[in-house]
Amino acid sequence: MSAQFEPITGRYMHLDLFGRKHRIYVEEAGWGTPLLCLHTAGADGRQYRALMNDARVTSNHRVIAFDMPWHGKSSPPSGWHNEDYQLTSAHYTSMILDIMTALELDRPIVMGCSIGGRIALHLALDHPERFRAIIGLQAGAHVDPYYDLDFLHRPDVHGGEVAAAIVSGLVGPDAPDHERWETLWHYMQGGPGVFKGDLYFYKIDGDIRDRVAEIDTRRCPLFLLSGEYDYSCLPEESLAVAGSIRGSEVTIMKGLGHFPMSENPPEFLKHLLPVLEKIGRM
Amino acid sequence: MIEALQQKVNADVALVRRGRYLTTTFLLEIGAAAWLIAIFEGRIVSVTPGPFVMPSSAFALRADAEAWDKFCEHRPPPGSNDLMALIKRRALKAEGDLHIFMANLRYFKEALGKLRQGAGR
Repeated sequence: MSAQFEPITGRYMHLDLFGRKHRIYVEEAGWGTPLLCLHTAGADGRQYRALMNDARVTSNHRVIAFDMPWHGKSSPPSGWHNEDYQLTSAHYTSMILDIMTALELDRPIVMGCSIGGRIALHLALDHPERFRAIIGLQAGAHVDPYYDLDFLHRPDVHGGEVAAAIVSGLVGPDAPDHERWETLWHYMQGGPGVFKGDLYFYKIDGDIRDRVAEIDTRRCPLFLLSGEYDYSCLPEESLAVAGSIRGSEVTIMKGLGHFPMSENPPEFLKHLLPVLEKIGRM
Repeated sequence: MIEALQQKVNADVALVRRGRYLTTTFLLEIGAAAWLIAIFEGRIVSVTPGPFVMPSSAFALRADAEAWDKFCEHRPPPGSNDLMALIKRRALKAEGDLHIFMANLRYFKEALGKLRQGAGR
């Protein structure tokens, strides 16, 4: 028997966010330029497991992913049991900036997917000076609801099963089976109402259509990578965002879906590594 | 082709097991054609072709023929690769009491995915 350990370390950080005590789970691997990774709605930082295990990334980047409160191994704040969780743009932004400060990250690259891609656009607009570069995965300015979100949180529908079933088709057709089902497992493990609460930001509060063209890439470079098979954030929506922001760069990733870093890491890295190299030369 | 659903679903032991709490009848309409599909504890017990005068079903899935043909391609193009993708594009309508559809969404996606070329062989 030979056990093998991954080069990832995880720690629990105690931090006040929005005036409340929080216990936040943070994972990291590698050394060098900080690369802060933001997970999708209803999932957690495990989506970046492959990046943290790839020496091409970790040899010159300190890759960091935290589970948002209520997600993964982070706890909801005390009193959660009488609340409906709902993510807002303001809380999401301050959470990211406060965690960066707590971890003493100096102008990291931030990379977020889906809701993380959306908040990346907010950060590019409102806090460009805090970042070396911003990478939006599956980043669009807005998504209209296309199903009844109430099905995500009601006692006669299994929240984990329905969340995974809703997003399963967002995984691209070429995803290796084990990565596809690992990605969906994270959705199956989400707490009650958490995916729905994240989608409040994604589909309602985080709409940035009227401001996205104001992003100034001279203050912070912006890269957009979007999967061809994503029907939540359509490739044309990422292209439209890129088209409205002078100096932004966009790539549509053939065969990939809504979870590129988790569903098909080898294919995703073919697109990410050149972006990281380019940022490294800036 | 839709009639083949019964054999293809029932031959998938894991799918039938996951559907063991699912008993319902739903209406599938593709263009002008219609089928009532009856499921008992995860097994499809009948696929009855229309036309119908007064079809009774828990819910209905309605797509135009072109959208459905793309969904059934061996490697469907983006936007046609999943029931939810069709719904988002308004190419598929899910109507009626959708509780049983959503509570068993993985089952219905995988069952109807059996109609894809090359699936279930």
